[in-house]
Amino acid sequence: MSHRPSASAGSALKPAPHGHEAAPYKQVFVGETRERLEELIKRYPTRQAVLLPALWMVQDVNGWVSEEGMVETADVLGLTPAYVKGVVTFYTMYHQHPVGKYFIQVCTTTPCNVCGAEDVVNAFLEQTGCDELGVTSPDGRFTVIEVECLGACGFATPVMVNSEFIENVTPDRVPDIVGRLKRS
Amino acid sequence: MGYPFKPHPRETLVLSKYFGEREAISLDGWQERGGYTALKNALGMDPVAITNVVKESGLRGRGGAGFPTGLKWSFMKLGDGKPHYLCCNADESEPGTFKDREIMRWTPHALIEGCAIASYAIGAETCYIYIRGEFTEPLQRMEAAVKEAYAAGIIGPNAMGSGKTVNVWVHKGAGAYICGEETAMMNSIEGKRGNPRIKPPFPAVSGVFGMPTTINNVETLAAVPHILNNGAEWYKKMARADNPKSTGTKLWSVCGNIARPGNYEVEMGFPFKDFLYDLCGGPPTGRKFKAVIPGGSSVPFMNMEEAEAALMDYEGMVAQGTMLGSAGCIVFDDAQSIPKQVARLARFYAHESCAQCTQCREGTAWTTKIVERIVDGNGTSEDLDTLLDIAEQMTGKTICVLSDSCAAPVVSALQRFRGEFEALIKRKVQPAVPVVA
Repeated sequence: MSHRPSASAGSALKPAPHGHEAAPYKQVFVGETRERLEELIKRYPTRQAVLLPALWMVQDVNGWVSEEGMVETADVLGLTPAYVKGVVTFYTMYHQHPVGKYFIQVCTTTPCNVCGAEDVVNAFLEQTGCDELGVTSPDGRFTVIEVECLGACGFATPVMVNSEFIENVTPDRVPDIVGRLKRS
Repeated sequence: MGYPFKPHPRETLVLSKYFGEREAISLDGWQERGGYTALKNALGMDPVAITNVVKESGLRGRGGAGFPTGLKWSFMKLGDGKPHYLCCNADESEPGTFKDREIMRWTPHALIEGCAIASYAIGAETCYIYIRGEFTEPLQRMEAAVKEAYAAGIIGPNAMGSGKTVNVWVHKGAGAYICGEETAMMNSIEGKRGNPRIKPPFPAVSGVFGMPTTINNVETLAAVPHILNNGAEWYKKMARADNPKSTGTKLWSVCGNIARPGNYEVEMGFPFKDFLYDLCGGPPTGRKFKAVIPGGSSVPFMNMEEAEAALMDYEGMVAQGTMLGSAGCIVFDDAQSIPKQVARLARFYAHESCAQCTQCREGTAWTTKIVERIVDGNGTSEDLDTLLDIAEQMTGKTICVLSDSCAAPVVSALQRFRGEFEALIKRKVQPAVPVVA
């Protein structure tokens, strides 16, 4: 267990030490996205109920959920930014820091662990040039984290690269996977 | 079927019949396979009659608790003038469990049909299918299927021309195991932190948005159309002769150190020994089984003597000191260190604790620290008693059962594999820096 992250809850991400500046915030709830949000609101009896979907929209546009994103979401839904932050920090999939172009999540919970998931993690760290779990590689392309159970235990080890779900990853497949990402 | 492997002759394929069959995914494909006939019939029935068929069938919740489904539905007071809601629990995150994922990937319309029938039976016009955010492919398939079903008028304001309103919406989670707990899920749907709520009030009285709500697992709802099509008697017959309390078929997710991991569907009461060695192909070459967690990581470990004597239904697993849970079966072979895996499980619960209750927030973290130090060779002779004491403090004292779920593997592993922990403590690692005289 060489890369054992903290047992406490919350985001496994760390601010990048390499001085990557986050891109300027792009406003989210305008035009077509705003229309989509208003359509979603019709499905629920409260506006607050679309908070999770709205935060997904912020992350889809900006790559992460920044303070500006929380403020914009709060304004649109009639909530306070503090409340929105409370929700953002509860859920692990909202990035509270910018992440690499390819966000790689390797499942290492028990069923995958007994099938060798720790070796898969090490292979990803090595191939991507990431020094540490949760810290983006110096070229800004990769962030590798361990993730708790991805719910595909019979296909150990499942790995998510952004929204792509890859099953049955073994250490010897990792160079191909990372190589493909480096070329794209 | 044992997807991704071919079906085994001893399986009973009901829910998993079309796993791996791309043609069954679309609306056309699903209707060619008899899809939506149960919904069509149901919308012409009295809602109470539907609930009665489900009650009679003996169907019990497939998410873990095993509560009788028809009984749960009957708690919804019809005609009370309030909006009712159905929440379909597709937040499948229990380590070892990956059955709902396959239902949604291969037969999304089966789930929509089950949701629509259940909604109508409990007087709900809206159903939310809460899918964990990591399930990108199931999300995509479910959203496409919902869109198709609306376009065809199967769901919506005049479902299948019945004049009844049945809305089904997909709601995407954002990474939180605890949102699979029903009251946490309701908070999450409301746009809140996924903290479980104190019960009572129970969801049937005050659930999502403060309204009467029923929460059912994906597999439970997907079984409903089959029960309506084939009748309660048909479903009830799939059981042990001497145990009518567990009926129907059950999907078992099998993973870990086993020759053919996958999803298998067998009738309730199937012998676990045959299941492990015959259907799943036994241990990996050259290895032996050491332990099994049969129902997702929250249920107690079994040693092989217990596992080989177990029968695969709710009561059969209880008889061996464990639980059927979500039927996510994790198998460990003789190359695995049980203390190391207990440490990993504890870390999972520590990570996923919502931190509302002290016993859970502190208990999961301390359990993790102690088991990890034992594994690292820094354990002390008092550690095992401390672990049991913490586990005792974590059981039955919190708002939800996440805390109990962390304690169960610790206590059961210590009961069955105490020697492994003691050996690690005795073989204490010497300090890394030698003391210079």
